[in-house]
Amino acid sequence: MSDPAILCQGLGKTWNAGTARAHEALRNIDLAVRPGEFVVLLGPSGCGKSSLLYLIAGLEQHNAGTLRAFGEAVTGPSPDRSLIFQQTSLFPWLTVWQNVTFGLSLRGDGAAQRRAVAREALSRVGLADAMDKRPDELSGGMRQRVAVARALAMRPRVLLMDEPFAALDVQTRAKMQDFLLDVWHSSGASVLFVTHGIDEAVALADRIVVFTARPGRIKAIVPVDLPRPRDMFSRAAEALRQQLSGLLRDEVDRAFAEQEALASA
Amino acid sequence: MSGGLARSMAPPAPLLPGRRLALLRGWGVRLGWSLLSVGLFALLWEFLWLIGWADQKLLPPPHIFLGNVAEQARNFNTAQRWQIGNGGSGPTPWEAVGITILSSTARVFAGLLLAGAASILVGVGIRYSRWAERLVLPTVTLLAPVSPIAWLPVAIFLFGIGNGPAVFMVFIALFFTMTISTIAQIDAVDRNFINVARTMGATKRQIYTRVVIPAILPGLLVVLRLNLFGAWMVVLVAEATGVGYGLGQVIMLARNTFNPSLVFFTIALIGLLGFGFDWLLRQLQARLLYWIPETKVIAGV
Repeated sequence: MSDPAILCQGLGKTWNAGTARAHEALRNIDLAVRPGEFVVLLGPSGCGKSSLLYLIAGLEQHNAGTLRAFGEAVTGPSPDRSLIFQQTSLFPWLTVWQNVTFGLSLRGDGAAQRRAVAREALSRVGLADAMDKRPDELSGGMRQRVAVARALAMRPRVLLMDEPFAALDVQTRAKMQDFLLDVWHSSGASVLFVTHGIDEAVALADRIVVFTARPGRIKAIVPVDLPRPRDMFSRAAEALRQQLSGLLRDEVDRAFAEQEALASA
Repeated sequence: MSGGLARSMAPPAPLLPGRRLALLRGWGVRLGWSLLSVGLFALLWEFLWLIGWADQKLLPPPHIFLGNVAEQARNFNTAQRWQIGNGGSGPTPWEAVGITILSSTARVFAGLLLAGAASILVGVGIRYSRWAERLVLPTVTLLAPVSPIAWLPVAIFLFGIGNGPAVFMVFIALFFTMTISTIAQIDAVDRNFINVARTMGATKRQIYTRVVIPAILPGLLVVLRLNLFGAWMVVLVAEATGVGYGLGQVIMLARNTFNPSLVFFTIALIGLLGFGFDWLLRQLQARLLYWIPETKVIAGV
């Protein structure tokens, strides 16, 4: 049997470990993501779900447990695991196609080859016409699609997405979710998608990982066996939403109580 | 409307006749207000002279100090004064004005260019290497607050008389502060930019050459522009204290010969030059940093 795309065992992360400002973000995370699986990480703000994504991306080092990608220990960033950020992080001094193939240019690929890759990646996100535009000429949704195209151009086996649609309006977000599902289907990559939106989780996930408030631990893993394309107004979807909001409410209450205790201390 | 202007300023966008007209009109309006502003100032001065409040011998109004330009220009022959044995065959008064302006401008430009290049190099170096930071940053921070005027004797000891000390003064005035702002710019680079590059397998060197330097360029050009006026101040002081010839020397000559008209004439020249320089740098900014909207460039953000 093949290795899981991502395997976390007893994974933990403490920021500023060993100092007075030490802050435990994640504790004892056990999670295995299958190749091609769409997993949503759901939890209240500040629960460490983004931290987990940064650990998996290799941008930060964990300080407890083990972390493997396709059987290999994660020691640093890899083009195999692309991270898509909440704010679009396109380079304003490059055109769209240069942004999309930035990673390839780091490897020294030629311009003609890179343009071909860019055209292919951009047509997969429906923006083949925007090749030579500059990022500031695009709308927020288009920029996020370019960011997805940039991630796809590296042919990653894992796509890590940190609340990528949080800054978009509701209509654009719904469209982007459909679009993301198409891209996910055609690319065959695993997706780890962080959000605090229950609707977004229900619309996208194969499995939903619910986090506790800090330190972030896994509270429940909820499989979603609604058929795709999903009817968000079906009875099953409604039941799932209620289950998730029940799970989350406890955590939000707990986080509030903690903050109040801190404030009155 | 200014947004539309900014777009049409970008080099690749071809100008439609209508937009070109709108652009020209925008320029005309801005120029009109500038002239009105200066005109009102001059008018106030003339009025004070008319009612006898502004003494003509101390504060000659514009119509006097601009009235006899040819006479003023003769004083600029200091350009040749320090060359012994070249009497009589010097440049004409007009050539002298040109030489004086050019030499002051060239000193400002050379100092600005050297200081800009050196501070980018040192600033990036300090952030790139921990060793460079430990060895260089404390000295830079220590010397940054020292007034450039304090370096004037050093400039003369080291370079004597001529272009050298003036350029050195501009360099010293700008280098330390610009190095510190380069470091501040590097620290302010969006973490996401760097993280994107890292996830795509960029080496540290590539992160600096491909991400950090392009990201800090806009801020650095603004810093350069803001320091332009400082450079002009320093160059005048350096020239006035006998470092050589130039506009500062003319002002000193005017002081020594009690010639207020010449002072104001030179001040007007310097004002125009500074304005022109700033305009040039703004154009450079718009061309070089096409990804920054022009409104931001002008606001200096």
